[in-house]
Amino acid sequence: MEQERISELTEIARRVRLGIVEAVYNAASGHPGGSLSSADILTYLYFEELRIDPADPAAPDRDRMVLSKGHASPVLYSVLANRGYFPAEELKTFRKADSRLQGHPDLKKTPGVDMTTGSLGQGVSAACGMALAAKLDGSRRRVYALMGDGESEEGQVWEAAMFAAHYKLDNLCFILDWNGLQIDGAIDDVIGPAPFDTKFAAFGWNVIMADAHDFASLEAAFQAARAQIDRPSVIIAKSVKGRGVSYMENQASWHGKAPNAAEYETALQDLQA
Amino acid sequence: MADKIATRDAYGKALVEFGAVYENLVVLDADLAAATKTEMFRKAYPDRFFDCGIAENNMICVASGMALSGKIPFASSFAMFAAGRSFEQVRNSIGYPNTNVKIGATHGGITVGEDGATHQCLEDFALMRVIPGMTVICPADACEARLAVQAAIEHKGPVYLRFGRMAVPVLYDETYAFAIGKGDRLTEGNDVSLIANGVEVEQALAAAELLKNEGIHASVVNMATIKPLDREMVLEEARRCGCIVTCEEHSVIGGLGGAVCELLSETLPTPVLRVGTNDCYGRSGPAKELLSLFGLDAAAICEKAKAAIQMKK
Repeated sequence: MEQERISELTEIARRVRLGIVEAVYNAASGHPGGSLSSADILTYLYFEELRIDPADPAAPDRDRMVLSKGHASPVLYSVLANRGYFPAEELKTFRKADSRLQGHPDLKKTPGVDMTTGSLGQGVSAACGMALAAKLDGSRRRVYALMGDGESEEGQVWEAAMFAAHYKLDNLCFILDWNGLQIDGAIDDVIGPAPFDTKFAAFGWNVIMADAHDFASLEAAFQAARAQIDRPSVIIAKSVKGRGVSYMENQASWHGKAPNAAEYETALQDLQA
Repeated sequence: MADKIATRDAYGKALVEFGAVYENLVVLDADLAAATKTEMFRKAYPDRFFDCGIAENNMICVASGMALSGKIPFASSFAMFAAGRSFEQVRNSIGYPNTNVKIGATHGGITVGEDGATHQCLEDFALMRVIPGMTVICPADACEARLAVQAAIEHKGPVYLRFGRMAVPVLYDETYAFAIGKGDRLTEGNDVSLIANGVEVEQALAAAELLKNEGIHASVVNMATIKPLDREMVLEEARRCGCIVTCEEHSVIGGLGGAVCELLSETLPTPVLRVGTNDCYGRSGPAKELLSLFGLDAAAICEKAKAAIQMKK
C-alpha cells in the first residue's frame, strides 16, 4: 500500500474515532472501548475492501458487512456517515428516542446496516446465511462479519464456524477484534476463550493474523482472505481496546460508558480535533 | 374422513410441490430431516437443502441471512428446539428485523407420544405469539397443512407453522379456501362454541357429536391461525353462543385459549373455559392415551362444554 493512501486512511480513521467519541458523549451512554479498537478495521473495510455504493445501500449484489459485535454500533455509524450513507451531524442523535441510530444496529432504521445485531453470536450465523445465498446465486459478492474476542464465548459462534467450513464458504470472512478485554475484565481472567487461531484452524478455517491498527497489515490479511479457495477465512486482528483515546486504552472499564465533559475534551485533544 | 395423515407428512410433500414453483425456496434442517419430513425436499432438491447439524440457533440465524439475500427459507426442527431452544434467535434475528423466514416446526404437543416430556412442546404458541409481527399457524389436517405452507410462502414476513407427529383424519378437500387469520366454522350450533386447532379439531368435532346426543348444539370452529387471531369470528361466536371452550394441544397458558380470553375480556366479557395441558409437563405413552390422560380428548371437551354452558346462567 502506498504511503499516501495509508496517510489518507489514517486521517479517515481519525475522523471515525472523533465520530465515535462525539456519538457516545452526546448519548451519555454507549460502548466506546470496542468501537475504538475496531475503527481501523472498519475504515479499511468500508474505504478499501467492500464493493458498495452509499447511494444504493440495498443493491442486491453488494458485499455485506455484519457487525456481529453489535454493541460497537458507534464505529459502524461513524464509518457509514464518513462513507456518505447519512450526514455525520446525525451521529449526535445516537441512542435518542427519535433517532435512526439505535443503541445496537437496526437494519430497518439505518441505511447501510446489513443485519440487525446486538445479541452476541447471532450476526456471524446470519453472515453464513448471506454467504451461502451468494453461492446459490452464483454471485461473486463477499460477506464480512466483525466479531469480538469475548463474543467467541457464545457457543453459537462455533456452530457457525462448523457450518461455514462444511459448506466451503470461501466468500466469507470473519474479523475477530482481539482487544483482550470484556465487560468483566481480561478475557483470559473471565473464562479464557483463547487461543483463537488453533480453534478456528481445527474447525477448518483459513486463519490469518493481523495488526488491527496497521493498514498495510490489514491489506495483506484481506488479500489473503480473498485468495483462499474452498475454506472460510478469519482474520484475527490484535487490537488495543479504546485505541486513540489515552485514558481509555486497555481499560475494561471503558467498555460501556460515556466520557464526562472534561474527559470528552481530553479525548478531542488526543484525537487532535 | 377415511385416510389419516400426519400434518408433518403433508408439510414435507408441500415443500416438494411448492419447491417446483418457487425457485428461491430453500429448506434448512437440524439433523431431523427424517422426522420433520424435509427429507422429501432433500431428495427432490438436494441443491436447495442444507442440513445444519444439531445446531438450531445457528440454523435460525442462517435462515435470516438467507432471507435477507432474497431466499424464502423454511427452517425445520421439532417445536421444542425451533421455538424453545432458539426463542431468542427467532425474536432478535427474525422477528425484530422482520425477515422473511418460515419456521416449520414439527412434533408439537403431547401427541409426540413415547419420547416424553423433553420433546413434547406445550409452550410454542405462547412463545411465538408474543413476538411482534410473527404469524402463528397450527393446521388441523393434511389439506390445511398444504395450504398453510403455500400461504406462508406468499406471506411476506416471519411465519411459525406447527405440525404434528400423529396421523389425523383428513377433514378438508380441495374446495377449502385457507386464509391466514381466518377461522373456519365446521358445525353449526348456538349453545356453546368449541374453538380448536391442530389435533384438537378432530376431538372437538367428536365432542360436538357426543353433545348432540344430549341435546346440546355446539358450534365447532377450526382456528388454525393463532396470530393474527380472527377477532370477528371469535366475537361472533361469543355473541351467538354466549360461552366458549378453547381446545388446543398446548398449555392453557398463553396459547389459543389465552388469545381468546385476552380478546373477550377486553371487548366482550364472555365465559371461556380452556382445554389444554394444565400448567404441567407431558410424559411418555401412546399419543391417543395421552390425549385422554391430559384431558384433551372428546370426553374432556364435553365436560368443559357443559360447565361453560352452566356459567351462562
